[in-house]
Amino acid sequence: MITLVLRRLGSVLLVMLVVSGMSFLIFNYLGDPVNNILGVNASLNEREELRRTLGLDQPSYVQFWHFLQRAVVGDFGISYRNRLPVLELILSRLPATVELVMCATVLALGVGIPMGVYCALRPKGAFSRLLQMISLVGISIPQFLIGMLLILIFSVELRWLSAFGRGEVVQIGWWSTGLLTDSGRKALIMPVITLAVFQISMIMRLVQGEMQEVMRADFIKFARARGLTDRSVHLRHALRNSLLPVVTVVGMQIGSLIAFAIVCEAVFQWPGVGLLILQAIEYADFPVMAAYLAMVGFGFAMINLTVDMIYLFIDPRMRRG
Amino acid sequence: MTAALALDVRDLSIVFDTRRGSMTAVQEVSFTLARGEVLGLVGESGAGKSLTGNALIGLLQAPGRIAGGEVHLDGQRIDALPPEAQRRLRGKRIGAIFQDPLTSLDPLMTVGAQLVETIRTHLPLSAPAARARAMDLLAEVGIADPAGRYGQYPHQFSGGMRQRIVIALAIAAEPDVIVADEPTTALDVSVQAQILSLLRRLARDHGTAIVLVTHDMGVIAEIADRVAVMYAGRIVEIGPVTEVLHAARHPYTAGLMGLIPSLSRRADRLPQIAGSMPRPGQWPVGCSFHPRCPSAGPRCAADVPRPLSADDGMVACHLFSGGTLSPPAP
Repeated sequence: MITLVLRRLGSVLLVMLVVSGMSFLIFNYLGDPVNNILGVNASLNEREELRRTLGLDQPSYVQFWHFLQRAVVGDFGISYRNRLPVLELILSRLPATVELVMCATVLALGVGIPMGVYCALRPKGAFSRLLQMISLVGISIPQFLIGMLLILIFSVELRWLSAFGRGEVVQIGWWSTGLLTDSGRKALIMPVITLAVFQISMIMRLVQGEMQEVMRADFIKFARARGLTDRSVHLRHALRNSLLPVVTVVGMQIGSLIAFAIVCEAVFQWPGVGLLILQAIEYADFPVMAAYLAMVGFGFAMINLTVDMIYLFIDPRMRRG
Repeated sequence: MTAALALDVRDLSIVFDTRRGSMTAVQEVSFTLARGEVLGLVGESGAGKSLTGNALIGLLQAPGRIAGGEVHLDGQRIDALPPEAQRRLRGKRIGAIFQDPLTSLDPLMTVGAQLVETIRTHLPLSAPAARARAMDLLAEVGIADPAGRYGQYPHQFSGGMRQRIVIALAIAAEPDVIVADEPTTALDVSVQAQILSLLRRLARDHGTAIVLVTHDMGVIAEIADRVAVMYAGRIVEIGPVTEVLHAARHPYTAGLMGLIPSLSRRADRLPQIAGSMPRPGQWPVGCSFHPRCPSAGPRCAADVPRPLSADDGMVACHLFSGGTLSPPAP
């Protein structure tokens, strides 16, 4: 089991190396850093001087090595636009995105799994058919449209919720949370729903499909023959055996939610990483983009590692490794 | 006599409700089972033997349903009970063993947990007492080192060992009857013999009655006290195992016995019964076997032969109720 974990860690390192390589390419070769810093009107001498201080006169692999050394300690340079260290910039925006994504995931699991179980157990019931229809809509409708509809109804017409921002936040160390104030919690509602609608629909369909499959398995029939209660057969045996693929997909989804909450954050002017990267792209702020890429790569690798660990926990057959 | 009966099945019929109307798959099946007796239920695939087994444990899958007849367990009628009451009987008074031990156990749960779960569903035992009983059961079905094996998962056991665990689960609450549906078909021959002798011992030591559904005559010869032969949804013959094996009365049973290859008489071509068993819904009028029967006469194509008690068995064939030639009664 330990060798299995070590092997996974090894592959995480490999992935990180590749991602940082790409991030390095963006940083150094998209546009000219010297131009970006000094502007086009600087003299040739000034350019040569800066090139030497930045280490740009050295061979690529040496530059990459220095880039890696700095990246490991979180030094991704200075944002061209804000003149702030990139890491500081991203860390200040990260809590908003993480809170948004985590709330959306909890909501998606909390609603999607029970709905999926219900539909798996009564696939022909009227309520199941209704849920399936709604989930089809939920999967097909674009995110920004949901966000805009919510704003139209709850902000413009009913005036219940504010259409943008995080509300009041409380600082806990470097982390800022909106969960401790009323306005912060209210501000979360619409963005969370916007992000969660697709996830709920997908998790529901996934759980339903998997569970219907598992319900046909011999061990379910045998569990019934042992006289176990329906509740035990459905939840302890059928649902547990259906959850492996759900874990995989939810893991992947959390990763991509963090990475691509961009649309949702743009609609609600949510001050998270998504909005930051959108602005960085607009201003060709390459250090921010490079750091973001490295961060997303790292996030994905970590989530995959966690998913693998959860596998080991759920499924004893994988522990042989 | 009736008091000693563990299981009494009377005129059981099973139909499938399909879009094109209902289709009968099992018709007027009757048999009894005394305590500690092993009854072999044999027949080709599609004869309705597994359906009958499922109906006994109340796990007939829709669209199949019991359309007629009664099932009595220790004198109490069980087929008409509400689902929840049937659920409580399952595992407690009527157990089941299925064909494939590799897929009968929940792969994500230790065998100990599955045993305890079953025990505590049916018996009012504390967790430690249930655990102790689980260990006893593992020992009883011949698992070496029960304490060490208790916490292991199904994939850590071989096929034969898993079937032993399935049997331990089936007898967890000491049921009076066990329905074993092809319990050895998925196992190799040497393991088969071990499992069969385990079942035999359970029947003898605990007085458990066993309905053994199989298509394997060798299994029947090894373990059954009596045999019921099914053809196209009906039981055509019941009798003590030696009699059925060596002196079958019904032409179908006789044909079936003739098919068993033996070392002493080698033939270039294996014998076979001409034609094939009709599928449910396509049963011929009269005796279902008559199109393939070497002794069929005009009467067989018109009348369904009634079951005829004979000595300590039953046979449903016109040969034994006045001949096949006499024309249908007016």
